[in-house]
Amino acid sequence: MATIIDITEEKELEVKNFEFTYAGADAPSIKTLNMPIAKNSITALIGPSGCGKTTLLRAFNRMHDLYPGNKYNGEILFKNRNILADREDLIKLRIQIGMIFQKPTAFPMSIFDNVAYGMRLQGIKNKTELQDRVEKALKDAAIFKEVKERLKHDANGLSGGQQQRLCIARAIAVEPEVLLFDEPTSALDPISTAGIEELIVELKEKVSIVIVTHNMQQAARVSDYTGFMYLGELIEFGRTEDIFVTPKERLTEEYITGKFG
Amino acid sequence: MTHTQKRIIINKIVMTLSTLSALIGIGFLFWILAILIFNGMDALSWTIFSQEGAPPGYEESGLKHALIGQLMIVGVATLFGVPLGILAGTYLSEYGQKSHLAETIRDISDIMMSAPSIVIGAFVYAIVVTPMGHFSGWAGSIALIIILLPIILRTTDDMLQLVPSTLREAAFALGAPKYKVIMQVVYRGAKAGILTGILLGVARVAGETAPLLFTSFNDNFLSTDMTDPMASLTVTMYNYATSPYEDWQKIGWAAAFILSMFILSLNIIGRLLLFKKKGR
Amino acid sequence: MSVIIDKIFSFATKYIAIAILFLVAWIFTVLFQHSLDAMEAFGFDFITETKWAPNLEKFGALPAIYGSIVSTFLAMLLAVPLAIGVAIFLSELAPAKLKSPVGVSIELLAAIPSVIYGMWGLFYFVPIVRDVFGGIGISMLTAGIVLSIMILPFMAAVTRDAMNTTPDILKESAYALGGTKWDIIKDIVIPYAKAGIIGSFILALGRAIGETMAVTFVMGNVHQISTNLTAPATSIPVTLANEFTEADTSLYYSSLFELSLILLVISFTIISIAKFYFLRNKRLAS
Ligand SMILES: Nc1ncnc2c1ncn2[C@@H]1O[C@H](COP(=O)(O)OP(=O)(O)OP(=O)(O)O)[C@@H](O)[C@H]1O
Ligand SMILES: [Mg+2]
Repeated sequence: MATIIDITEEKELEVKNFEFTYAGADAPSIKTLNMPIAKNSITALIGPSGCGKTTLLRAFNRMHDLYPGNKYNGEILFKNRNILADREDLIKLRIQIGMIFQKPTAFPMSIFDNVAYGMRLQGIKNKTELQDRVEKALKDAAIFKEVKERLKHDANGLSGGQQQRLCIARAIAVEPEVLLFDEPTSALDPISTAGIEELIVELKEKVSIVIVTHNMQQAARVSDYTGFMYLGELIEFGRTEDIFVTPKERLTEEYITGKFG
Repeated sequence: MTHTQKRIIINKIVMTLSTLSALIGIGFLFWILAILIFNGMDALSWTIFSQEGAPPGYEESGLKHALIGQLMIVGVATLFGVPLGILAGTYLSEYGQKSHLAETIRDISDIMMSAPSIVIGAFVYAIVVTPMGHFSGWAGSIALIIILLPIILRTTDDMLQLVPSTLREAAFALGAPKYKVIMQVVYRGAKAGILTGILLGVARVAGETAPLLFTSFNDNFLSTDMTDPMASLTVTMYNYATSPYEDWQKIGWAAAFILSMFILSLNIIGRLLLFKKKGR
Repeated sequence: MSVIIDKIFSFATKYIAIAILFLVAWIFTVLFQHSLDAMEAFGFDFITETKWAPNLEKFGALPAIYGSIVSTFLAMLLAVPLAIGVAIFLSELAPAKLKSPVGVSIELLAAIPSVIYGMWGLFYFVPIVRDVFGGIGISMLTAGIVLSIMILPFMAAVTRDAMNTTPDILKESAYALGGTKWDIIKDIVIPYAKAGIIGSFILALGRAIGETMAVTFVMGNVHQISTNLTAPATSIPVTLANEFTEADTSLYYSSLFELSLILLVISFTIISIAKFYFLRNKRLAS
């Protein structure tokens, strides 16, 4: 029923027979899902609301563990280990696999402290090292020019688009290997959105990216691979141009042509 | 040890401390509750309800006088305080809204809600007890009204504001005058909330002791004349508990138990009302 | 007809509401007028004089003011860390099954009248303080402890509410950077909820300083300034509760009214600070 191609590139992550059930739910929200995530490329997850995109994304950094009672099955392989295993060190995992949220989440502190936050958690105290890495992260997130005069100001004074780029800077400052984006532009205007999309494409040189989006143009514009999900299952996974031009599954075609969703 | 390991250990320590302080705090509170129930049940008997106060050493000693006095003082305070509070709250929500005057009244009421109640007792002493020449049930009720008013006013204000404005507009569109819209639409929409506010407000004043000490004062015998000094559960409890007589102290615990159960019931009923309303 | 009723209704509600303002002004005025005798007799010395001797017609409020401040300070010292601990437990640590029953019990305990806390203190805490710290058990320390237990439920509940206002997504962002629970609490939750938490603490302070019944049982009403915490002491409300019905001269009465006025001004000030600086736009919990 599902069409899932194998990829030629090196795999950063591999989802194997993954199943997920929320605490208190009777049925799993994700059923037996298999899917590779290619290294240094962008994988988009699309599908109608409630199909399980966010649920899958939040499994990659074990965000679900913050709420007791959620249940994983199957495996997600990362660096030759199953990160769903009980012994997984979640702190280390989350440093390696960063996340950007649907809404900008500037912490109640200065711009500088926001970006330095993850590094400080890791015990980096050296002033010049912090300074250098904050600056580099802000430059990589294409926001340095706008904020360099006011690094000590409260981050909540920035615009939505700026805050989202600040969050990206904060995430890349700890040099993760994977970045997860959950509808990162859904709260932004078109111009900020274009800026963030451009940034995401640039970032794939350094990190592997998984992005959940409701915007099919966005998926088509930025991603290399696309997975289409429906009712907790992965219906089709393939190269983005194939998914959008020659989808193999009828459901995929109906979805991308706007027949439902 | 790496920094992260250190963080994990600190986290464990702080979380343990927090759980411990929660246990200590909750432990204290349940200790009080347990004592209340244990001593209260022990002291409770039919005579508590059927007999008036008696000198220490008498078998037939009860709280009938204090129970009736308490009901009268709190009842009269409710009778006056609740309607006045609701009307004033109605002004804030329906007429004054965000005006300077309304905001000032809100601010002052908020402050009054936390002001020391013994000072209200002193005030009522000056304006009621001194002119009358003696303590009275009325004076106690007046003190409680002053405490109850801002509470009812603010909850009414809040609860009325929760009624969607489309409901009002729909009624106005039918040509209803404002007072009818308020009485028939707005009050009805906020019924559960206002009732909860009343229950919690009455529960609050029912436990007040300090403002009664020198207004309604006390009386060891039954009196239903509001112009005379009057017993209340709270003041009786205070007098009996601080007395050196063990049988009086025991009756004090019975008073504490009855009062607490009354207040807790009001609180629980009030919460259930609001909860049921939300559930719908 | 409707028009007239409408007018009467709006008029009535408005003037009842305004009456609240007059009532408050009236309270201040009456307390002030009744304090005049004492003010004339003692002037500013009233609050610096340490001797309170009704039989000599000498009234100095300093021991009561000192007792109010010290007992409230002790209460805050004990209650603040406990309240934060309980709040962290309730908002971040407790399993879902415990959160709501424990939370509701705490809120219900906040509704128990303070006279009960005082009674509990007298019968169960006074002996403990006597055995552990010495003295007769009726003391400043006992008052501070009983007061702290009395304000704990209120403080814990409002601190928890303030902490709960932190958006989940903000906390998740910090977890996503590899933070521990404590990192999230100290770096995100507390800074985010700071104004609310501090405001609630100051509000609790304002209530504690005016609290009568929880301390009257266990403080002793002794007008002395002692650095020995196990010695009996007094506070403004304790003095009022014990002496109001005993005052036999007009100067004595007037002095008690001046004490009331001082207490009202102090708590009005503290509560206003909490409200206007920290809890702006927030409803004060009742
Ligand atoms: N905390 C939760 N507890 C229980 N069920 C949940 C929870 N969160 C999501 N679900 C359910 O899991 C399913 C998948 O939800 P998910 O949020 O992953 O969808 P999504 O594809 O991200 O949708 P959207 O596009 O609207 O963000 C839905 O049926 C949803 O109702
Ligand atoms: Mg989603």
